Amino acid sequence: MSTVKLTVNGKAVAVDVEDRTLLVQLLRDHLNLTGTHVGCDTSQCGACVVHVDGRAVKSCTMLAGQADGASVTTIEGIAKGDELHPMQAAFRDNHGLQCGYCTPGMIMSAIDIVHRHGGQLDETTVRHELEGNICRCTGYHNIVKAVLDAAGRMKVSQAAE
Amino acid sequence: MGVEGIGARVVRKEDKRFITGKGRYVDDIKLQGMTHAHFIRSPHAHAKVKKIDSSAALKMPGVVAVLTGQEIVDDKVGNLICGWAITSKDGSPMKMGAWPAMAPETVRFVGQAVAVVIADSKNLARDAAEAVVVDYEELPAVADIHAAIKAGAPQLHPEAPGNQVYDWVIGDEGATDAAFAKAANVVKLDVTNNRLAPNAMEPRAAIADYDAAEEHFTLYTTSQNPHVARLVLSAFYNIAPEHKLRVIAPDVGGGFGSKIFIYPEEMVALWASKKVGRPVKWTGDRTEAFLTDAHGRDHVTHAEMAFDANNKITGLKVKTYANFGAYMSLFSSSVPTYLYATLLSGQYNIPAIHAEVVGVYTNTTPVDAYRGAGRPEASYLIERLMETAARQLKVDPAQLRRTNFITQFPHQTPVIMAYDTGDFNASLDAAMKAIDYAGFAARKAKAKADGKLRGIGVSCYIEACGIAPSKAVGSLGAGVGLWESAEVRVNPVGTIEILTGSHSHGQGHETTFCQLVADRLGVPISQVSIVHGDTDKVQFGMGTYGSRSAAVGLTAILKAMEKMESKAKKIAAHALEASEGDIVIENGEFKVAGTDKAIAFPMVALAAYTAHNLPDGMEPGLKESAFYDPSNFTFPAGAYICELEVDPGTGKTSFVNFVAADDFGRLINPMIVEGQVHGGLAQGIGQALLEHAIYDANGQPVTASFMDYSMPRADDLPSFNLSHTTTLCPGNPLGIKGCGEAGAIGASAAVINAITDAIGKNNLEMPATPDRVWRTIHAA
Repeated sequence: MSTVKLTVNGKAVAVDVEDRTLLVQLLRDHLNLTGTHVGCDTSQCGACVVHVDGRAVKSCTMLAGQADGASVTTIEGIAKGDELHPMQAAFRDNHGLQCGYCTPGMIMSAIDIVHRHGGQLDETTVRHELEGNICRCTGYHNIVKAVLDAAGRMKVSQAAE
Repeated sequence: MGVEGIGARVVRKEDKRFITGKGRYVDDIKLQGMTHAHFIRSPHAHAKVKKIDSSAALKMPGVVAVLTGQEIVDDKVGNLICGWAITSKDGSPMKMGAWPAMAPETVRFVGQAVAVVIADSKNLARDAAEAVVVDYEELPAVADIHAAIKAGAPQLHPEAPGNQVYDWVIGDEGATDAAFAKAANVVKLDVTNNRLAPNAMEPRAAIADYDAAEEHFTLYTTSQNPHVARLVLSAFYNIAPEHKLRVIAPDVGGGFGSKIFIYPEEMVALWASKKVGRPVKWTGDRTEAFLTDAHGRDHVTHAEMAFDANNKITGLKVKTYANFGAYMSLFSSSVPTYLYATLLSGQYNIPAIHAEVVGVYTNTTPVDAYRGAGRPEASYLIERLMETAARQLKVDPAQLRRTNFITQFPHQTPVIMAYDTGDFNASLDAAMKAIDYAGFAARKAKAKADGKLRGIGVSCYIEACGIAPSKAVGSLGAGVGLWESAEVRVNPVGTIEILTGSHSHGQGHETTFCQLVADRLGVPISQVSIVHGDTDKVQFGMGTYGSRSAAVGLTAILKAMEKMESKAKKIAAHALEASEGDIVIENGEFKVAGTDKAIAFPMVALAAYTAHNLPDGMEPGLKESAFYDPSNFTFPAGAYICELEVDPGTGKTSFVNFVAADDFGRLINPMIVEGQVHGGLAQGIGQALLEHAIYDANGQPVTASFMDYSMPRADDLPSFNLSHTTTLCPGNPLGIKGCGEAGAIGASAAVINAITDAIGKNNLEMPATPDRVWRTIHAA
């Protein structure tokens, strides 16, 4: 057992976990942040993507102990109160989700994609960048639309800040 | 239609919880004192279970119990059933091999459970499972259809000699033979419809909670049809009578058919929760999903089509072998028979059809309904045959289809189905226009100059869904009725709860069902909520599969609404001192037509509950229910055209354009309908290019993770070009046809027709991987 100290969605937490505990297990089982999902066992599907120190990470592929001292943001932490993150709003407005299971990971990956490309995205780039996130419902058509839409919204909201 | 009524592109009410991480899936639920189950599964495709030694595991801290297949048999938990009886051509019933929830003696596929460890945590259960020693005696196994039906093949079930489940026929053999005897041309084709793993993104999960004081079970499960689950668990598996078993299917992360069935894991969790006296949770991992979720497709077919001198089809002969895996899953028997062979007429006038379907046991995961269920196999076969025929007869593939389209409705096919309406030329016209079919030759020539092989492929599908009239399916062997129920509860302040037997696991019912209410009453959808997925709340329902929720489930809501409105009108008329026949509903008000006299809907609701001033003899309250059984299936149809390029150097396929023109009758929410088509197309294209659940000759699964099984990813797919043509379905009052499976039914043939057009060779099996395409191009 080890004590892992980290910041999750802006709050400092200290959690006693078995050494083999994965970050996703810490989030789901210990902190009850069940918005982060597990869809596979092989780091392929991306349902578990969160941000660790601002970078998209598959939380099923990182030990909780490796996140010691880090700042973790999950799907529960990106809206400002009732104001949705532009990526969340774009997924809703473009019907970028159906069953919702892959959605948190998709949104967290997509935010990272927009950041890394400075908002300069086209369809081909978005499709290539989403390779690590699997959706079985949407055929990706509306997810791609949502990410491109959000890239524009995020530029606007950054400019406003 | 109003901004939130029928036909409006309303954004989904349910999205807020999903995009903020507040969805509530089974694995998100924790109960006090909950234990965790880990199944011990056979690593062998076929073996005798000689001994299970759990002594070391039971000594480990945190281990509550290790339970075996023999114990579940001893406790008289019923064997798994198949709910659709099929009769062979010799009159004998299908041959059912016994399928206990955990195997006491013999395992017949890799992944079949033999025991379960129950422990305080998931990790402890896993650790303990490693300490359970199972002694197997391996038996010869068979995974391939052809190998399984050979003389001397390993035998799976004593009940099924020759590994044959049934040998079933449909159609008129004499008339078909006569048509072939007179044919000007005969086109022959052998096709394999590749086995697929459904892979809903949420793995299956179950939590069972037994209340000893009340002798009552609660099951949280990843189900598309919680009432059917309760019925089967109660009536056949001896878990508990229905009033002592509550089944809750909360948010469910996709189904595609795979979550229709009642699986051994739910049965074991329920049984074990009573045995250990604590709640039991099981959440599958992805490899367990590959090993134990019912697979789809897996047909091998030889077909022949006869044409007269005018290129009119005169007959069709089909022989199909269908792989059922090791056991008959819940609705498996119906898939290659009544959901497949009844669609073999496609969109065409075919005077004589004869089809024979042989069901085969193999040492593989059971096969059952997966998005489309039989209809993709039929559509793929017919549309590959049409393309092959066009090439052989040297006519344009679109024109050959037009020559043979059914244009008069209703149309009785020779294989049971009576198509009610459609306009196949209209959808083909729309698709050809959208893709500029006329300009294809020039584009192909330009691509050739660039060193690419460009192809175009047409697929004109029809399917039968909205499953459907109880009497009809009952006469064909179904063990259940296929109606739907609904209840409309108006609260005293005028808010409305709609209780439905349909189950949403991505389809957006919480939005579309509210749109009907908004349309009829003119109230905002925020005043309406949809209640589903809980057998304690909703009285009964058949659930969501077979693209039935709009055509059947929503119509049930309409029927209940009509009853509620009728009573509300009486109350309004009484309050307004007007005649009931003069009351009209507009913008949330009940008005006396042609006057300014009106009463707001909430006041009508309040009047119903205060009951101070109701018409004489009227009961208080405002709540109505309805059961709706349609008169026919619905028959969505459409034309898909795919244009793509193949790189002859690598065999890699790149999409240029994919157009889909569908006729779904009336659309409640076009945005959601389009989303259903996108997802269906992705699964159809996935089958055509990427997906294949593969076993080696000994029955070992080769593709049991996302590392090995190629799921369609964003960069494998194009954006889609969709359009709609409309003929209203006469079988339900809203004119709706099901839209959930069409994409998966029509897409794969369009892709393979396009690739074979591009490479100039007709024989190419799915999935058309670059390797396979390259070899086909370069084959002698």
